[in-house]
Amino acid sequence: MLESLLEGVIAFMLIAGGAFAFIGSLGLTHLKDFYMRLHGPSKTTTLGVGCTLIGSMIYFSLHDGPVVQEFLITIFVFITAPVSAHMLAKSALHHKLKPDASTRGNPEELESEKPKHTVEESPQGNSPLP
Amino acid sequence: MIPPTRWLPMPILSVLLLVVWLLLQHSVALGQWLLGGVLAIAIPLVCRPFWERQPTIKRPWRLFLYVLRVLGDIVTANLQVSKLILDPRGRMRPAFVEYPLTLKENFPITILASTITMTPGTVSAHLRLDGRTLLIHALDVSDINELIDEIHQRYERPLMEIFES
Repeated sequence: MLESLLEGVIAFMLIAGGAFAFIGSLGLTHLKDFYMRLHGPSKTTTLGVGCTLIGSMIYFSLHDGPVVQEFLITIFVFITAPVSAHMLAKSALHHKLKPDASTRGNPEELESEKPKHTVEESPQGNSPLP
Repeated sequence: MIPPTRWLPMPILSVLLLVVWLLLQHSVALGQWLLGGVLAIAIPLVCRPFWERQPTIKRPWRLFLYVLRVLGDIVTANLQVSKLILDPRGRMRPAFVEYPLTLKENFPITILASTITMTPGTVSAHLRLDGRTLLIHALDVSDINELIDEIHQRYERPLMEIFES
């Protein structure tokens, strides 16, 4: 009785995890600009992995005693996911990727600065550009 | 809190290393305790020069509550973002928000930025070099000031109480 109940919980966790991971990937293809696409993998996949790991933890605890290594994976994912999302966003800002037209707010990082001088008027013509 | 000493410059890191080692080995045999203990003492001593000054946790209990709240918010964040992604009409109101920071130390700011990324509809995009504002990209926001206020009340104030107070 208890075993089948737990198996139901495991199945639910696995399906929920898969569903969240799928929705996250769907967001990666469907959303309009880079900054919006970033939301998909940084959030939904975290919970997707989390659910799958909880399922795995219950399953292996049932069979060969308590298993806790999944905790470590969860913690590492939760620490690294925001950092990688932050670095991706930072590099996008650095490359001045255009956000979607409906985006409000105009951060100074995205304002296109005029080049200091063009090739023609560069002093002495020893410009690094060909 | 355990005060740092000469041989244990970062007590919390040492405890963390020992626990992680035991979890990784999946054993509490004496040998693993010894090896983990040696690592927990040696690693902080070696990498101490390039660590920033450790912040002190003033209220550990509050930190526990904060972690629980963030875990709950991660679930709601996922449901919200999933709903937004699956909504066929795709009505989203993305925005860049400049969030004025009141936190001063680096470590709490890092935690705040990570929390913002994990929780409903926001990704922290850039910490300005002066360390005073955080640039946030929000997926769907109706009122920018409301969002700033919510982050301040919900996450930044508890962090200030935990680390700076």
